[in-house]
Amino acid sequence: MDFSWLTDPFYQRYLWTGFVNTLWLVAVSGSLGLALAVGVALAQIRGPRPLALLVRGFTTVIRGTPLLVQLFFFYDGVGRLLPAIPGVQESLLWPLLRDPFFYGALTFTLSVGAYSGEVIRGALLSVPPGELAAGRAFGLSRWQILYRLWLPRGIQMCLPTLTGEMILLLKSVPLVSTIALMDLLKAANLVRDETFLVYEPLLLIAGIYLAMTLVLTAGMRLVETRFPGARPARSRRRRLLPG
Amino acid sequence: MKRTLLPALTAGVLALTAITASAAEPLKIGISAEPYPPFTYKGADGDWTGFEVELGLALCEAMQADCAITPTGWGGIFPALDSGKIDMIMNSLSITDKRKKVIDFTDPYYYTPGAYVAAKDADFAIPDGLDGKVLGVQGATTNASYARRALADSGVEIKIYDRQEQANRDLLAGRVDTILADKIAMTEFVKRDAARDYEIRATAPRHKAFGEGVGIGLRQDDDALREDLDAAIARVIDDGTCASLSQKYFETDICGG
Repeated sequence: MDFSWLTDPFYQRYLWTGFVNTLWLVAVSGSLGLALAVGVALAQIRGPRPLALLVRGFTTVIRGTPLLVQLFFFYDGVGRLLPAIPGVQESLLWPLLRDPFFYGALTFTLSVGAYSGEVIRGALLSVPPGELAAGRAFGLSRWQILYRLWLPRGIQMCLPTLTGEMILLLKSVPLVSTIALMDLLKAANLVRDETFLVYEPLLLIAGIYLAMTLVLTAGMRLVETRFPGARPARSRRRRLLPG
Repeated sequence: MKRTLLPALTAGVLALTAITASAAEPLKIGISAEPYPPFTYKGADGDWTGFEVELGLALCEAMQADCAITPTGWGGIFPALDSGKIDMIMNSLSITDKRKKVIDFTDPYYYTPGAYVAAKDADFAIPDGLDGKVLGVQGATTNASYARRALADSGVEIKIYDRQEQANRDLLAGRVDTILADKIAMTEFVKRDAARDYEIRATAPRHKAFGEGVGIGLRQDDDALREDLDAAIARVIDDGTCASLSQKYFETDICGG
């Protein structure tokens, strides 16, 4: 094992940039994706029929095609057609549209929206109807029922699954190394290509991913216990029991 | 039972060893499985050809050795050399000190500088006006190490690609302002129809990042092969074989170190 390359400031910078880009991609696509997911779920349950069908088509396409293909579709396909449109290269959006980060975030947001949207849809449907009826009996408006009762109860039920979705998102990030965006895998590949050490950089980033997953899991666990209406975790309750 | 079986087994093993030894393994010339025209690419008949493929076969002829072109994924080409799946790497591998720590090199057989390609109507100077611009390079190349060492303070953003083709495509799509790559490959590139609005704008100066030229990469314990190849390289340079191949592919002579 030879980790002497870690002292090289170039490699440190690559790894740091890769780490930061990974964090940003997870943060941006995680939050935008979950917001989209709520929309996807509600549109299918309560939306007008044409909208529901459209959203159903969206989830079918996104869940039915490989993420890498989608990434190439947006980066190589859509991204290369854009400059052909007159004025795009001069527009204020161009710095964003030429940046691979944008295409990575877009692809992952849509992916989280489709997968988590289905998870949330299932969770919303399994909220006992009696609870919503109770809300109506208390005179809550439809909107109040949605954001005071239905959504919190539904999301609370599927939080552990959403944690899994976020971990999957984190582990999808290395795909962006194929579109010239510096992530941890790309940084490791650069170290490999220049030092010819194959295992050491891979082991290092595997360790970083594992650590990020542990932090993410711990964070989501915290959200699970603090979420409105959460019951104390079963393990903790058991610990309180004698013997 | 054991006593009768053992001599038979030994004989069998001996016979097997004899067979393997008698069928001399051809030398396996490792090239990148990802085409790198005009150095290594697949011709119309599906066979690998290109400057380095033809030169490699010429070297083998000079050594009177049997050789086989063995395409290997670039990312795994060093482990492949290490484990003996290939015997040499002959794919525009620049000789650098860092690489010398891990593999051996033959004498250089060609040297080319890096060249910047940008749009003909681009309104910035290269390399002095690169501040705030985006430069595309292929990772794991001397151009990439040159860019990040020599251009570190120029304010340019360096984007690193896995394959040169991706950098070329992104240049055409306007996602990078300029690319820095091997001059020969770039001479070919700007000849393409799609790149008619682009030109070689500048050539990178000789820099230690570019190393001593391009040599054949070998395992460090393969001294006999290295000596044979050095002699063969000297021969194909002296007798003009290399120069005529170079003229054929690049319309210029790049042979020598």
